[in-house]
Amino acid sequence: MSKEMTIHLKYWKQNGPNERGHFEEYTLDSVNEHMSFLEMLDVLNEELILAGKEPVEFDYDCREGICGSCNLVINGQAHGPKERVAACQLHMRNYKDGDHITIEPPRAASFPVIKDLVVDRSAFDRIIEAGGYVSIKTGSATEANSILIQKEKADEAFDYATCIGCGACVAACPNASASLFTGAKIAHLNKLPQGEIERSNRVVAMVDQMKEEGFGDCSNFAECEAVCPVGISISAIAEMRKDYMKAVMSGD
Amino acid sequence: MKLDSKVPGGPLEEKWNKHIKDIKLVAPNNKRKFEIIVVGTGLAGGAAAASFAELGYNVRSFCIQDSARRAHSIAAQGGINAAKNYPNDGDSIWRLFYDTIKGGDYRSREANVYRLAQVSNEIIDQAVAQGVPFAREYGGNLANRSFGGAQVSRTFYARGQTGQQLLLGAYQAMMRQVQNGNIKYHPRHEMLDVVVIDGQARGIITRDLVSGELCRYEADAVVLATGGYGNVFYLSTNAKNSNVTAAWRAHKRGAAFANPCYVQVHPTCIPVSGDYQSKLTLMSESLRNDGRVWVPRKKGDDRHPNDIPEEERYYYLEERYPSFGNLVPRDVASRNAKMVCDDGLGVGDTGLAVYLDFRDAIKRDGKDAISAKYGNLFDMYENITGENPYERPMRIYPAVHYTMGGLWVDYNLETTVPGLFAAGEANFSDHGANRLGASALMQGLSDGYFVLPYTIGDYLAKQEPGKRYGTDHEAFNEAESAAQAQIDKLLSIDGDRTIIDFHRSLGKIVWDKIGIARNKEGLEQAIEEIRELREEFWQNVKVPGEKNNYNKYLEFAGRVADFFELAELMAVDALDREESAGCHLREEYQTEEGEALRNDDDYSYVAAWEYKGLNGKLEETLHKENLEFEFVELKQRSYK
Repeated sequence: MSKEMTIHLKYWKQNGPNERGHFEEYTLDSVNEHMSFLEMLDVLNEELILAGKEPVEFDYDCREGICGSCNLVINGQAHGPKERVAACQLHMRNYKDGDHITIEPPRAASFPVIKDLVVDRSAFDRIIEAGGYVSIKTGSATEANSILIQKEKADEAFDYATCIGCGACVAACPNASASLFTGAKIAHLNKLPQGEIERSNRVVAMVDQMKEEGFGDCSNFAECEAVCPVGISISAIAEMRKDYMKAVMSGD
Repeated sequence: MKLDSKVPGGPLEEKWNKHIKDIKLVAPNNKRKFEIIVVGTGLAGGAAAASFAELGYNVRSFCIQDSARRAHSIAAQGGINAAKNYPNDGDSIWRLFYDTIKGGDYRSREANVYRLAQVSNEIIDQAVAQGVPFAREYGGNLANRSFGGAQVSRTFYARGQTGQQLLLGAYQAMMRQVQNGNIKYHPRHEMLDVVVIDGQARGIITRDLVSGELCRYEADAVVLATGGYGNVFYLSTNAKNSNVTAAWRAHKRGAAFANPCYVQVHPTCIPVSGDYQSKLTLMSESLRNDGRVWVPRKKGDDRHPNDIPEEERYYYLEERYPSFGNLVPRDVASRNAKMVCDDGLGVGDTGLAVYLDFRDAIKRDGKDAISAKYGNLFDMYENITGENPYERPMRIYPAVHYTMGGLWVDYNLETTVPGLFAAGEANFSDHGANRLGASALMQGLSDGYFVLPYTIGDYLAKQEPGKRYGTDHEAFNEAESAAQAQIDKLLSIDGDRTIIDFHRSLGKIVWDKIGIARNKEGLEQAIEEIRELREEFWQNVKVPGEKNNYNKYLEFAGRVADFFELAELMAVDALDREESAGCHLREEYQTEEGEALRNDDDYSYVAAWEYKGLNGKLEETLHKENLEFEFVELKQRSYK
């Protein structure tokens, strides 16, 4: 049979972007070890609602680690203590009876709090808008196998394309930089012949947009790589910088 | 209401091309005067919004998530079918069409399915051009793999994340148009109603999920690409926010809802572990290639599975289906798992699970070989359950996965409300009574990239460019007031039971009685129970928080209210269909082999329901669209 635990929670409450936030505390008495972390928060909210109190808002959707909606910072770590998973794939068996858990939203000026643990990550959309695509119209594509791509190249592009856009990299970075997110999309597209043509414009536009959104610069802490739930390599940032320098120097 | 499928005449393979030649075009200077609303940003909605904008229309795109990139298409694992015939194994447009019609158990429209197979190849071209990193062979060509229900290798894939990569392709195409100013982008907005003026869809009412404000948007046409209704079961593999609200409210404004009883249940999901469970996780059915499915022969056998000797194990699929064994189709595998658990042979704490055992495969091929094939799935299983599947059999159970039913649409994907279109899982169009693997992505992108951009033009070409009624029109006032009244009502009840509590109870009724197997008595009970619970919901639900702020529980309350109505229609539809077809198994209608027994003489129709009112009971009128099979011969499926 499964184990039940007592867990002491401390979570961020903030009624809106311009309100002052504060921590609230609550102790849950029967946390099942098989619950996911978000299911534990569901149980917390059920208890709060029935007690006539305000539930804590948090973002989620697929609950299988791919949509990138959840972005909790758990005891100071983006997505919590388990490596290579999003918070929705963290299970309570990673904790023990009597543990204290603090839950916060990612802290970054470019991700303003909407409510409690929910933040506004629209800056990521605007970075993609700036150039994170191949400019091809529906219906104008050539026969798929007329573009041959080395298997290794395609696999490498996939490794960057797998980014789920959760923003853990920003939350973990001391500079709140979005370099890993931006670099991943640039590396994905620039590795492929389809993306080659717009290579220079893309990197300049996306990096400039990242700065405009108020994200900091990268100073090689590599915290982003450590918390990334899908294991995007920090080499994405090196690629981005190389491409950026090339583009700026050649005046493209 | 009159159903006109508008299927063009002529030979099957010429219908779509002829239709494209015949339909009307909108001149470029007029395109700028038209505005199209697209609700939902999954494969169908994202692809449609991007394509409309490229054509020069003004587009408004809405989604409930914080970004268009998070729509639930993102979670599709396996792949996307196309009739490219790259492996030279005899595939063709005809064969893809035939497999899809047969897989759907002959309950879909021939012309639609043929078109789907025809445009499948263009989808792959389009996605590759966008930079979607599909799997490749060493020579640099695209790789294919095989999938259930087909004898050829026609599935394109990007590891186990094909949906994610295709969705990001569509999302990026959309973002390019946002940048160009052709798409006005509204994430965190939920559609609460369609506004119909003089019989045509002319706009929508949304709720801004951040401020709570209700908003009015006017347009010349509205596209709903809002996904399926699997979450009516509470537990499903759908994302938590997936819902039927947009489609259901369109239904209440006059859009017929077709075949609501057709729901696909996927056999290999991780079982429920307790009441707190919020969703179910699917594992690729490729696991059944090497895993053996069994339960103990003895009821209540609580020994460690590895201690149960061979002769006391019941390999029920291998025994009952000697030629297909563990590889029977999804519906057959799901139904049998339920049957053995109903007989008290289920395993685990809940008794609602069967074993999927890799012991023999590991003995035969070695642990490394099994790990190379399924390593990521084994890791996922261990992460969720805390059990190591290399050492102990997996526990699996079926879970609701996809809904074939949806808004009725004609060949142009237009609903019974002129100017209101439905695409992707939200419509009923292409999968009949059962969808084949790797066909959902194909249909979503086909609708969005290659069908709607033509057919919506045909509709708009007949409208007056730039005609506006203004959002202060009476129809907008009425729709917004109704949406506001429902929100106020939900917040004012302040009862004793939470939304999740009600939703879980509703889900249990639907799962038990409108789930894997249905019968007359159970369906009639379900209707009574749903009505009673719905009444209690409206008197006793407790919705926390405020309307003018971010409030996820308020969002859920509105969605659960709609699920309560849809659930009744599902039961009514399942009761009407006195036959078994695909995923709809009526226990009274089975072959001697326990397979779905169709009744083509009486039930070869699409059941399209027209909303008439809700007075304690749901009032709906049935309209039948007879399915004509001119090009394929109807056969009984057998997997023995």
